[in-house]
Amino acid sequence: MNAQTDSPPFWRMTGITKHYGGVTALSEVDFSCGRGKIHAILGENGAGKSTLIKIMAGVVEPSEGQMFLEGEEVRFSEPAEAPRKGIVSVFQELSLMPDLSVADNISISDPPGKWGFINARAQRRRAEELLARIGCEDVHPDELVKNLSLSRRQMVEIAKALGRDPSLLILDEATSALTASDVQKIYDLLGVLRNDNLAILYISHRMHEIEELADECSVFRNGRHVDTFTKGTRTDNEIVELMIGREYSHVFPDKPKHETPPAPALGIRNLSWDNTLDDISFDIGKGEIVGIGGLDGQGQRELLLALFGVLRGVSGTIEIDGKPASIPSPHAAKSKANRIALIPEDRKTEGLMLPMSVADNITLASLGSMTRGFVIDRSEEARRLDEMVRDIQIKVGKLSDPVSSLSGGNQQKVVIAKWLMTKARILLLNDPTRGIDVGTKQELYQLLRRLADEGTAILFYSTDYDELIGCCDRVEILYDGRVVRTLAGDEINERNIISGSLNIGADAAVNGSVTPKPA
Amino acid sequence: MIRARMWVFQNYGLLVAIAVFIGMFTLYISNHQAGLAVNVVTTAANKAVLLALVAMAQTIPVLTGGLDLSVGMVFVMANCLASAIVTGSPLQVALGIAGVLGAGLLAGFINGAIVVYGRLQPIITTLATGAIYYGIALWIRPVPGGFAARPDVDNVHETVADFMTYTVFNETVPTMLVLLFLVAVLIWIPFRRSVIGRGCYAIGSGGNAAYMSGVNVGRSRLAAYMLAGFLAALAGLLLTFVTYSGEASAPIGGTYTLNSIAAVVIGGTSLYGGAGTAIGSIFGAFILRTIDDLLFVFDLPPLWQPLFQGVVLLAAVSLGALRVFRIRNRLELFG
Repeated sequence: MNAQTDSPPFWRMTGITKHYGGVTALSEVDFSCGRGKIHAILGENGAGKSTLIKIMAGVVEPSEGQMFLEGEEVRFSEPAEAPRKGIVSVFQELSLMPDLSVADNISISDPPGKWGFINARAQRRRAEELLARIGCEDVHPDELVKNLSLSRRQMVEIAKALGRDPSLLILDEATSALTASDVQKIYDLLGVLRNDNLAILYISHRMHEIEELADECSVFRNGRHVDTFTKGTRTDNEIVELMIGREYSHVFPDKPKHETPPAPALGIRNLSWDNTLDDISFDIGKGEIVGIGGLDGQGQRELLLALFGVLRGVSGTIEIDGKPASIPSPHAAKSKANRIALIPEDRKTEGLMLPMSVADNITLASLGSMTRGFVIDRSEEARRLDEMVRDIQIKVGKLSDPVSSLSGGNQQKVVIAKWLMTKARILLLNDPTRGIDVGTKQELYQLLRRLADEGTAILFYSTDYDELIGCCDRVEILYDGRVVRTLAGDEINERNIISGSLNIGADAAVNGSVTPKPA
Repeated sequence: MIRARMWVFQNYGLLVAIAVFIGMFTLYISNHQAGLAVNVVTTAANKAVLLALVAMAQTIPVLTGGLDLSVGMVFVMANCLASAIVTGSPLQVALGIAGVLGAGLLAGFINGAIVVYGRLQPIITTLATGAIYYGIALWIRPVPGGFAARPDVDNVHETVADFMTYTVFNETVPTMLVLLFLVAVLIWIPFRRSVIGRGCYAIGSGGNAAYMSGVNVGRSRLAAYMLAGFLAALAGLLLTFVTYSGEASAPIGGTYTLNSIAAVVIGGTSLYGGAGTAIGSIFGAFILRTIDDLLFVFDLPPLWQPLFQGVVLLAAVSLGALRVFRIRNRLELFG
């Protein structure tokens, strides 16, 4: 490693403070990082991580404090300036333009060409090279970004960042949308970049990633830089305690033992759709949490959408309480007869009306049950809102604030609250913990178990194997649109999930021919 | 092969517009007494090219996710201005043409500057500036109906006007079509390949993402409105050559504005921005114009014209939206 020891640190910031109105997001933060290292930044949502990197990226100007790049003071007045100095960020919110092609997106910041005209061929070649570098040769440079899966988009985002030739690369939850195989590609790439003497800042909520990747770790809490240490000098529990400032135990609530299999609430019979779902059949019992596993893009998302009436041309039957149900639309799915709820994949576009208030978002799906004639009963609405906010502990200033002003974890709670309001008895969740902090995740696991104990049937897709193992009574592994494996009880472990996801026998995984996703 | 398939898929709206136009125009020609005669095509072109240019103008702000309600009024203002200053010696005519086009650029610059630096919404900004430009047109040509110039009076330079509205290449190709082709090749295509043009698509597709990627958002939006003003003024200049006069007519301005939006949509450009091309808008404009011609050759009462226009417009737009029926995931309906 070529970390410079004598010269000033590659990047240093001192006394950084940022106020948003009356709120202090960062308070007198001193922070530095060096070349040839992967530096992890840890902290709950609202700890100030996002503000920190936004300041580094030139998106936000600090209220006070100074920043130094190789000992020289720098100031950024707009986002275009930081990359010119080699500071490039991959943000949690994708910064791609969906209607533009992959090649257009990768070169959007400085397209190759002369006199203000773009050389399309050079641009395509550049895209091909960068995609090859991150192992995504299967993405066609002319494809529109909106036609790619979320995981592929994120990879394009990373290719775009690499194209800007960074010396300091900031990755904010860069792997949260990635499939396991793409995650491995990113790990390999980051190793190469570290050897190329880049400074890398890595923000993640997944502890195992930090264990795998980081050289240094910095913990933030409540807008303050709490501690920086070399990886391996603190245990997981110590780190988590630094982050949340309280004892961290029992991540997952205990699973109940079912003496007899519970009566099925939702029955799926020979469900097929397009080329994506292929003859899927299984039951979800009352009070059961069933996980869907597998590599991303094996039909998990479509299965949930099919059950929620979003897809057209689904064949097979869906039974509710043993009787065939007709679910032609989400409106029908949430009706009194079916009472199904779906927590969608992308909370910002499918889950929330961002500019609308927290209150409006929460009651949106259940307004029908709080009307008097045609008019919404305001006092009934307020009463139930109050109950819900207290029940699932949404941290919100005023219910009339726009939901866009909340942190990611609290936004997800709003989505969940919206569907709890409908008194759903079948709850479908599509990767609900993506990009939310440890504390909120833990609350969510407990909430799911509580709902199950009250009789809700839960179908839960997660890209995080730990969650499947910790939360689910049963896990159905999908591969190429089919259920290839059903795991129950003690069978739900990492090895079985991985071998099932790759649709190979358990033996292959044991003898090490497969690199398991670290957990 | 993959690339060809992607191209077809990504230009679906444009291809539908071209196909519909060819179908309608064939119907028109086959029912016209003269058939595919040069003068029939020239007359059709003289009418269609004006709207095509205004529709091209409209396309660019629409691509950025905006809208320019002033294109029709810039068109009228340029018409009145041209009828006043494009006259006299060849040098004076040339200066006059430059003045008219410059006025269009300036009008577009004012729109763009208010939208970019004033941060007002495009739709309301251009509604207001459009009224101002119309006011200027009235000030230049205060008499309702405009200045009724006869060709023998040296008001607009006849030679240029005749050349523009007639044919070239041994009287086979209408000059207007050649001019439209030149605008497409010399203005639109370079624009689309430029960093500024790319910026317009990027802003329409995702303004925040574009800003975060370091795209010069202000410059691209400003350029979009300026180019819109320029093209609208070019159309106004040509109108002067067609009519030999300038007329400050609010109905003409309004009609052109609304038809330009219709042409943009028929041509496959998304009103949300980010996707589409000005070439599609040209065919969208041709389709709208051919509707009138079809009513004429089928000898339908002129009173039915608005009704038919509406029906055909709806049908054309529906054709462009046909793929909705192929969508099997209803979430894509809203994306």
